[in-house]
Amino acid sequence: MKVTIDGHEIEVEAGTTILQAARMIGGDVVPPAMCYYSKLKGTGGKCRCCLVEVTKGSDANPTPMPKLVASCVTGCMDGMEVNSKSSERVTEARKAVTEFLLINHPLDCPVCDQAGECDLQNLSFEHGKAQTRFIEEKRTFEPENIGDKIQLHMNRCILCQRCVQVAEQLTDYRVHGVLNRGDHAQISTMVSAAIDNEFSGNMIDVCPVGALTDKTFRFKSRVWFNKPFNAHRECTTPGCCGKVTVWMFGNEIQRVTARKDEFHEVEDFICNTCRYDKKEVSDWTIEGPRKFEKDSVINVNNYTRKMDKVVINTEKGILMGRDEDRKKISMADIDYNEKIDGTQVKK
Amino acid sequence: MEKHHYTQEINITDALMARINELVSHYPADKKKSALIPVLHEVQDAHDNWLSIELQNKVAELLEIKPIEVYEVVTFYTMFNQRPVGKYMLEFCQTSPCCQRGVEDLMDYTCQKLNVGIAEPTADGLFEVRGVECLGACGYAPMLQLGDYYHEHLTKEKIDQLIDDCKTGDITFYDK
Amino acid sequence: MGRKILLDKINVPGIKSYEVYRREGGYASVEKALKMTPEAIIEEVKTSGLRGRGGAGFPVGMKWSFIDKKSGKPRHLVCNADESEPGTFKDRYLMEYIPHLLIEGMITSSIALEANLSYIYIRGEYMWVFKTLERAIKEAYAAGWLGKNIQGSGYDLDLHVHCGAGAYICGEETALIESLEGKRGNPRLKPPFPAISGLWANPTVVNNVESIAAVPWIINNSGADYAAIGIGRSTGTKLISASGNIKKPGVYEIELGISVEEFINSDEYCGGMETDRPLKALVPGGSSVPILPAHLIYKTANGDDRLMTYESLSDGGFATGSMLGSGGFIVYDDRACIVRNTWNFARFYHHESCGQCTPCREGTGWLEKVLWRIENGQGREEDIELLWSIQSKIEGNTICPLGDAASWPVAAAIRHFREEFEYHVRFPEKIKNRDHFTHEPFDKVRHLVAPQNV
Repeated sequence: MKVTIDGHEIEVEAGTTILQAARMIGGDVVPPAMCYYSKLKGTGGKCRCCLVEVTKGSDANPTPMPKLVASCVTGCMDGMEVNSKSSERVTEARKAVTEFLLINHPLDCPVCDQAGECDLQNLSFEHGKAQTRFIEEKRTFEPENIGDKIQLHMNRCILCQRCVQVAEQLTDYRVHGVLNRGDHAQISTMVSAAIDNEFSGNMIDVCPVGALTDKTFRFKSRVWFNKPFNAHRECTTPGCCGKVTVWMFGNEIQRVTARKDEFHEVEDFICNTCRYDKKEVSDWTIEGPRKFEKDSVINVNNYTRKMDKVVINTEKGILMGRDEDRKKISMADIDYNEKIDGTQVKK
Repeated sequence: MEKHHYTQEINITDALMARINELVSHYPADKKKSALIPVLHEVQDAHDNWLSIELQNKVAELLEIKPIEVYEVVTFYTMFNQRPVGKYMLEFCQTSPCCQRGVEDLMDYTCQKLNVGIAEPTADGLFEVRGVECLGACGYAPMLQLGDYYHEHLTKEKIDQLIDDCKTGDITFYDK
Repeated sequence: MGRKILLDKINVPGIKSYEVYRREGGYASVEKALKMTPEAIIEEVKTSGLRGRGGAGFPVGMKWSFIDKKSGKPRHLVCNADESEPGTFKDRYLMEYIPHLLIEGMITSSIALEANLSYIYIRGEYMWVFKTLERAIKEAYAAGWLGKNIQGSGYDLDLHVHCGAGAYICGEETALIESLEGKRGNPRLKPPFPAISGLWANPTVVNNVESIAAVPWIINNSGADYAAIGIGRSTGTKLISASGNIKKPGVYEIELGISVEEFINSDEYCGGMETDRPLKALVPGGSSVPILPAHLIYKTANGDDRLMTYESLSDGGFATGSMLGSGGFIVYDDRACIVRNTWNFARFYHHESCGQCTPCREGTGWLEKVLWRIENGQGREEDIELLWSIQSKIEGNTICPLGDAASWPVAAAIRHFREEFEYHVRFPEKIKNRDHFTHEPFDKVRHLVAPQNV
């Protein structure tokens, strides 16, 4: 069947969702998706980031759909026409959802291990506002310890429930879920049980934000200071593909994750042994550098591209501050007329 | 998330077990989980109107489901209590039609009379005042729920009487 | 006196019991339906024009005709007795005083749907009604109206009552089904609709108590007889739950089509205002529907009489109309503060949001907080625009209608009572007490926020 998204026509099989069709087209038409995960059944429909406008239902029934629909859970119909990026309504709705996701978010990116590979950061960059209209106190949750491998930061959670589906579908005994309701709904085990199943670490990879992070990597490095390499090993855990990305700092493997595709979904799930216990270079066969999309911050540390030298041109004396302040705080006698590259500021 | 751990004595009596089995029989044999909410009501009623973690685990065992499935449900529905509560829980409806008929004043009155705040049991553990959302008695406002029953067209005098009846134990609050 | 269909026998002593109910002609519709084809029953209900009484007003017969009978999967009828919409208490009245009417309706409707296992889902707070229904169902089993081979017809039906535990959202049909499966009451994504995949993934129809209770009369008489009552597409009778500042709050059965003015003021119904204080506002169909200001209650915007029908109450759209909804008729006199009342509703929706989707989870709480600030004298002039903006961003963007239900009351309050919001923002010292309009109704201070003409 034929479906048109933002003017791009594509042939898809029956049962394809609008989001999947958009991903086939690629580029700007792909709606952001915070809760849908193609590798996990029963995800999607919740975050409302991927809302699109159906301007023509199908050839058989051309009536437009009155409401915006969640593209991740709405199937394509033959002749369907969809506006994603090109629709004003859609843009407004995405902005609205972004604002809703951020009002209670702690915005603690500077201390969040997810920063740099966070879908919420990307969403905010694209659809967020510089200012907040929310002047109320933010909602917070009591910290909960869920074991020595996974750090749960409930305040950052957007309740996509992907991690619940990981536990449901990849592990044999789910001990965590969504407790409470409304804006107090939270991911929790209720009894602070450790989530330590051989595949539980995948919760970290599927988490779109910094709510679930790797305790063995915690505060070790910003992700963009790591160099990611594809690597593999003969893993004996049933169900583990053994294909990973290792995140290196010098010769040290600081973190192991599954390999993620351009939509930030893992290509295949990995076991906890690969993730946590194999941190020696000798454990792995390194295949080569892992590439990221061109605008990813991880490329800042890209070893394939020549770095420009940063030159900060400042006005005369701007870094010096006022004389009286310098005296007060006993600042060392630094030559503030020297620029960062060693040349002198023109007087 | 658990801040305090409260414990309680678990006692699944034969009568309670029979009732649980009856409720379970209302659903297809492979859909035992469907009985969860009615069973939790019965179990809670038989255990001083609250459900400890241990009791929730027990229910999970009886219905052959994972404990987390019980926790998820218990924390979703407002009628399940996760800590010890006052024996006589006076739950005032505080949604618009009841407010229109003066329930806020009556709640203040009751709290003052019992010398407690909202949702804090009295020192003797006998009473607890709560504000809840619409109970479907708007035409008989103001009203409160106590156990299985509604007390409607409330006045200060009626509240005095109700509290006296509770103190003397001269009140049925479960329809068993 | 208006015609009574549902409450006709309500005052017969002992009607709660099976014997009296049967003696008064109860269960006749089951006897008749067992001799009819399911299609004929559905056709009769279609002819009646009966519309869903839970709030949405979707034609019942049409809903029934959508149920998937081809797949061969077991089918279920589930009665939605999770009545939780603020202002609505009619279903409870029916179930409490004439429980066998609902059970009879469930059997007759199950025959039409060819369902062999049906449930009544009642809210957990109605625990004594739950017990009442359980006993009535036992009586019906004992009398051979339920179980195997009902009345020798070869038709089997099991009917049980299931209770919730405090969650408004379970009144949404897919959340109700989730709850009936022993889960959290999170609404499902649609499609698939319950008619295809509902309870335990089987084809399921969910109908309101009042809708099902109307079926026996339609089968005993005829769809055409039912359709003869009422006006246009608003056929039959409707239970109205009247509350607020009126003389006689309670449940009334009306023929659709009487005027709002008659309903409020006649002695047969509400009996006029509670005191001599004037009518200020009306919520005609439960808390979710837009509130109407005094000048739009008895007359529509173009001067026609406002009638108790689906069409007339929504005349003018949301700009000047409202909705019949579930028939939760809340009357406010001039002591009511619209800001406080809107906050009260916003608190309700905030409390009842399931938390599954972003706009509702985050937006309902935000609405409540801003409204609370305004009501407590900490409002800012820009908060009124902010409220408008938030509600417009929730509406239409959520999984289920709770988001809309939370937005509409806020939008309507700002639309019709904007000056009252401005008054709260500009004169915080005047609204310090929660009963601020009792002593000084808004009409007395309206001039303070009137636009100044130089």
